[in-house]
Amino acid sequence: MATYNTSEFRKGLKVQLDGEPYLMIECTFVKPGKGQALYKCKLKNLIRNTVIDRTYKSGDTIEAADVEEIEAQFLYRQGDSFIFMDNNTYEQYELTKDQVDEAWKYLKEGMPCTMLLFNGRPISVTPPNHVVLRVEYCEPGVRGNTATNVTKPCQLETGAEIIVPAFVEIGDLIKIDTRTGEYIERVKE
Amino acid sequence: MDTRSPDNDFRPTARWEILRMRAELLEEFRQFFKERGFLEVETPLLSQDTVVDRHLDPFWVCDVERPEEIRPSTPRYFLQTSPEFGMKRLLAAGGPGAIYQITRAFRRGEKGPLHNPEFTIVEWYRVGDNYQSGMELLADLAERILKGGRPSICTYSDVFRDAVGIYPLEASGSQLQGVARFLGIAWPESLAVDDRDGWLDLLWSECVQPRLGHDRPVIVCDYPPSQAALAVVRADTPPVAERFELFFRGVELANGYHELRDPEELRRRIRATNAQRISDGKSPLPEESRLLRAMEHGLSPCVGVALGFDRVVMLRAGVRSLREVLAFPFDIA
Repeated sequence: MATYNTSEFRKGLKVQLDGEPYLMIECTFVKPGKGQALYKCKLKNLIRNTVIDRTYKSGDTIEAADVEEIEAQFLYRQGDSFIFMDNNTYEQYELTKDQVDEAWKYLKEGMPCTMLLFNGRPISVTPPNHVVLRVEYCEPGVRGNTATNVTKPCQLETGAEIIVPAFVEIGDLIKIDTRTGEYIERVKE
Repeated sequence: MDTRSPDNDFRPTARWEILRMRAELLEEFRQFFKERGFLEVETPLLSQDTVVDRHLDPFWVCDVERPEEIRPSTPRYFLQTSPEFGMKRLLAAGGPGAIYQITRAFRRGEKGPLHNPEFTIVEWYRVGDNYQSGMELLADLAERILKGGRPSICTYSDVFRDAVGIYPLEASGSQLQGVARFLGIAWPESLAVDDRDGWLDLLWSECVQPRLGHDRPVIVCDYPPSQAALAVVRADTPPVAERFELFFRGVELANGYHELRDPEELRRRIRATNAQRISDGKSPLPEESRLLRAMEHGLSPCVGVALGFDRVVMLRAGVRSLREVLAFPFDIA
């Protein structure tokens, strides 16, 4: 099993603790002149997105995680299963709703996504930062009111609900930032 | 974090204004020592001898064309982690009793906001100084250079107790671990309960040092004998090492010793340090050196201090990382 020792520690390292993959998001080196060097790390769990603090001393090692990022497109949803295909190998992957997490709100057939594989199995999927989706249902818009501070909920073609300005109407195409879940603008066909 | 693109990485990470300040500070240091009659000296950066310390790892090189030519008998030259050995050899050989050097030092693996594996060190020795006068000289220098007032002098024991509520000199490893647990400090799983110095260092880095020297610089003295390094141990109850360090705004700037002169005691310490290095999984360092021969010949009572020049520039410039005071930090060197 490959390991990283403290001299290789850096931001962006993918490591494994208790069988789960983590991303090193911060690593600070502290050392009293004649004393023990410490590496104070923040590690993000790539499955649950929780962040933990761990301190290591020089010479310690952490197991490397076999984490791979692939380009995959969303094929279809079947109940609580989401089916994706690796764009390079055409291999299909089935993710649960838990694994897909918030991304389900934005997934449309054919959408290119980034998928994280841990030991060859999918653990998470990230949609593009910006997606364009059709409004399935909302209360009627107020004509001429183009103010964006008056808002209402709307339902997207994916079934997800988001907040949009009052002038948005059923059938409109809207651009959404998937990182914040916020409406950006209306787009033309 | 430096986000510059690879085609832009030829540029210095320090602003020109700060590089100019470096040059001015070098002048200030030289002026300080010149006024006191110190002779500026130079000693080799590459030496077959090296300081043997549990937590200092030297780079080394061999005079060969290809790595496969290195035999166990091939001399290794260590890039100096400080000019200590060379300067003490000069002292033992007679001549001027007050010498200083401004040079580069190298320490493997030390990379962080306050560490660069290659750095500039200011080191000085003065024969005839005792523990007190050695600290006074450092206080004079700190007052002049740091411009943060005259340093106060406190003991390791007092600043440790003030910060974490336990006297460090006689506390056991498990008592220190209890304090770390109570304070909610994350510690390395590999830190053994009986590694007393490991626990002292952990609490020191996390809780004590960050608090030091915010009103004005502080010189901390009387270190635990287990951290004496090359300092004399004074037979108090409990015994303490006559070692002192300078801190300003939570940053460690200098380390001084009332210098150990007994070669047999140094041999014992080096052997014990190498045993620790081996149990830490590190390679042992040479146990014999020309420094020991110099000490056998006779080293006069003296005090020596080493100071991290780049950190002084950092504090004077009011910046938070050595990247901002080095032209080319290690990753783009």
